[in-house]
Amino acid sequence: MSGIRLDKVFKRFGTTEVIKGIDLEIEDGEFIVLVGPSGCGKSTLLNLVAGLETLSSGTIRIGDRVVNDIPPRDRDIAMVFQSYALYPTKTVRDNITFGMVTRRVPRAEQDAAVDEVSSLLHIDKLLERKPGQLSGGQRQRVAMGRALVRKPDVFLFDEPLSNLDAKLRIEMRTEIKKLHQRLGKTIVYVTHDQIEAMTLATRIAVMDNGHIRQFGDPETIYEHPVDLFVAGFMGSPPMNMLRGRLKRDGSAVAVDAGEGLVFPLPERLALRLQQPEGHEVVLGLRPETIFAAGTELPGADRFIFERPVDVIEPTGPDTMVVFQAGGTEAIARVRPQDAKAPGESFRFEVEMAKAKLFDGKTGMHL
Amino acid sequence: MSGSGTDGIVRQGGWRHRVARVVLYAILGLFCLYYLVPLVIMVSTSFKSLEEIRTGSLISLPQEIRFDAWAKAWGSACVGVRCDGLRPYMWNSVAMVIPAVFISTLLGALNGYALTKWRFRGADVIFALMLFGAFIPFQVILLPMARALGMMGLAGTIPGLILVHTIYGLAFTTLFFRNFFISVSDSIVHAAMVDGAGFFSIFFRIVLPMAIPAMVVTVIWQFTQIWNDFLFGVAFTVGDSNPVTVALNNVVNTSTGVKEYNVDMAAAIIAALPTLAVYVIAGTYFVRGLAAGAVKG
Amino acid sequence: MDAQANHRTFSRTFERWLPKIVVSPLFAASLVFVYGFIAWTVYISFTKSGVMPNYTFDGLAQYDRLWGTPRWYVALWNLFVFSTLFIAISTAIGILLAILLDQRVRAEGFIRTVYLYPMALSFIVTGTVWKWILNPGLGLERLMHMAGFTDFTFDWLVNSRMAIYTVVIAGVWQSSGYAMALFLAGLRSVDDEILKAASIDGAGPVRIYSSIVLPMMRPVFLSTIIILAHLAIKSFDLVIALTGGGPGYATDMPATFMYAFAFQRSELGVAAASAVMMLMTVTAIIVPYLYSELRRTGR
Repeated sequence: MSGIRLDKVFKRFGTTEVIKGIDLEIEDGEFIVLVGPSGCGKSTLLNLVAGLETLSSGTIRIGDRVVNDIPPRDRDIAMVFQSYALYPTKTVRDNITFGMVTRRVPRAEQDAAVDEVSSLLHIDKLLERKPGQLSGGQRQRVAMGRALVRKPDVFLFDEPLSNLDAKLRIEMRTEIKKLHQRLGKTIVYVTHDQIEAMTLATRIAVMDNGHIRQFGDPETIYEHPVDLFVAGFMGSPPMNMLRGRLKRDGSAVAVDAGEGLVFPLPERLALRLQQPEGHEVVLGLRPETIFAAGTELPGADRFIFERPVDVIEPTGPDTMVVFQAGGTEAIARVRPQDAKAPGESFRFEVEMAKAKLFDGKTGMHL
Repeated sequence: MSGSGTDGIVRQGGWRHRVARVVLYAILGLFCLYYLVPLVIMVSTSFKSLEEIRTGSLISLPQEIRFDAWAKAWGSACVGVRCDGLRPYMWNSVAMVIPAVFISTLLGALNGYALTKWRFRGADVIFALMLFGAFIPFQVILLPMARALGMMGLAGTIPGLILVHTIYGLAFTTLFFRNFFISVSDSIVHAAMVDGAGFFSIFFRIVLPMAIPAMVVTVIWQFTQIWNDFLFGVAFTVGDSNPVTVALNNVVNTSTGVKEYNVDMAAAIIAALPTLAVYVIAGTYFVRGLAAGAVKG
Repeated sequence: MDAQANHRTFSRTFERWLPKIVVSPLFAASLVFVYGFIAWTVYISFTKSGVMPNYTFDGLAQYDRLWGTPRWYVALWNLFVFSTLFIAISTAIGILLAILLDQRVRAEGFIRTVYLYPMALSFIVTGTVWKWILNPGLGLERLMHMAGFTDFTFDWLVNSRMAIYTVVIAGVWQSSGYAMALFLAGLRSVDDEILKAASIDGAGPVRIYSSIVLPMMRPVFLSTIIILAHLAIKSFDLVIALTGGGPGYATDMPATFMYAFAFQRSELGVAAASAVMMLMTVTAIIVPYLYSELRRTGR
């Protein structure tokens, strides 16, 4: 019964406005990821929900309770911090039970809770150690254990995986997702890593400069970004953005990106467009929609062009081919066996059905 | 302390290098002598008889070890008109230094914690204003403090001296704990808040146990400063309540009778022993205090 | 229900104020005992106060008397001589020893301990020892005579022209190790990679120190000099123990001058005026330094 609702939330530090009027409604049991570049206000927003910062204006509800003036300990939340924030002088067990000790939970209940959580997180052998004797991954688990024993209605995660190495990060990501599926509690999770956002969230809020740019499920965010910022932030390598002008020929519409590159737009998109000939646009092509010509089954709305290869970057399963197009650098994701040496000419095929079109001036999706 | 950053770098060998090393050690050794000789002279003089002092030289070692001077310095040397040695004054210093160090350290820890982990508007200004108190030449508060102690009925008493040391030690202890707590991540405090702990509970259960190294440094620094203080002792105490530094100065600079240099030296060593012992036992913490005191001086 | 809710609101409000409630008595103490007392002393310096405080305003009369006292000029001149030499020599010894100790020296820990132990002593102890060593009859002078240098005289301690230099000798002995420790910490905090880069660029040890390390230590120089200056201005114990301000008042310094006028000659007004002069000097040095330090360590 614990959704979260933010209404017209503002936060100012002195004269600088960090959160600029955010409305957000989170359903009970959702896994919400706040994602955005550093300094976008996502951690501040999380701290506001936790009660670790005081609102400048607006209201925050957890469940059906306005929590603006309720201190963190009475908000029925638990939080996992980026630095883990384990109490260095306490053992793992005491770290986990500290919240129960301050709440005067009976000893037997504490022990039972520790047993349950520590076996769930595989830290039962570490209970008598101090945080200084643990590895990064173990600390991470203890921090999660400390949050779990609270059995709160809402979990808050502040970049919990960013201090782990790449392999561990992926492991823990899966574990967090499993935990959510198992507990079904509301989670608000802050990260700057768009892959974490995509893999974990039921819905993603993309933040920039104190605003939420887009709030939606991962597929919508990835496939239908509302503007250039969201399109550019989500996806790795990032979406190729080719500046050009609209070119009309009867009912057909194309984007002229210069240097003889004219991308014909699929009919579905062409019919929708109202903009006149010559209108400035940005054509967004995700790297995976550009591949070596003839390597995929033929389909409608394909466009083939040739460009010399600048650089190739093998990643293992795929090879990134960097080339120049429409005055900017573009990346295509091709199969390793299709890659060619730098300087050679390469025939690219684009799946235009997946192309996104943005207004050249406003950056909004067309 | 770790070695120099150039430790691993390969250096040129050969005779020039070897000569340079010899010169290096020679200079370092000379300075060791420079710092040590006064201590040696102090100790050896304290074991000599007055006769030997008169006939021997400054650096000659005592022909036989005599503890007369020590016994006299401890138990029967005259400080002013009273001839009980340094003993009662040592106890004065102990009675003064323990509460003063304890109170100023604890309050400084609490203050530093409140000013860094519960930042409120004006916290920085308050800190800066308080910090200035560590730097003022104390001459500027001597007169009003003497009157204030008089009005409180604490003039010439050890509790009065404790109060003075606590108040003027607070600026430094606050500074020291503030610098320590700044390095403690805010999220630890946040985590404890989410865990339901309040201001004092976070302080005593989470933050203070973390600050034990800082506390050791502060205690050692405060102990040294307060034990070695002379100005407050001489200005605010009289006769029987003098701390040992004042008593030592009175023994040494007493103008009546024969100058007993051996007794002077023994008295000086006795007065210096507690801080020297702390230095020898906990030298690294002492050095850290010096570095931290760099802002204080 | 209502009463309970009220109680909770109260305890929450109380908790929000708790940090301020804790800090305010300490801050108030500092306001009274530092700023209030300074104000009192400043006020007294503008009154007719003599043996007893007298709150009749008397303008700058006490300052006129202060600046008309030859002993005050002696004190100022001594402070100038003492602090210049004390700071210069301690800094020089400090940086020299720090650089030497930074050369992968064996037994470095022991040597550092030896260099620093005088800082653990009271200035009174230091004064007592050096008073004995520099004693004209039985000390260094006699030692030299016994070594065959019968013409050697060393009477600085009782020579009013030279006595101030004995204070410098004892002061340097006590504090140069401190300067060494500060410089050594500064040397050790220089980024290893810069030193590695310099040695790959072909710089030898002399070059690395003179053109890379020492220029980077400018802030350390600044803070060391300020700390030493601060010690010098406050120096009181050492003078009292070593020379008692004498012979006559030849080694008087502002700190001993103030003490003498306040507690021995009962000239409260003049004493207050001299204390205010000291405060102004210290403030002029310390406030800009503190300001820059706080800006560095603050957020």
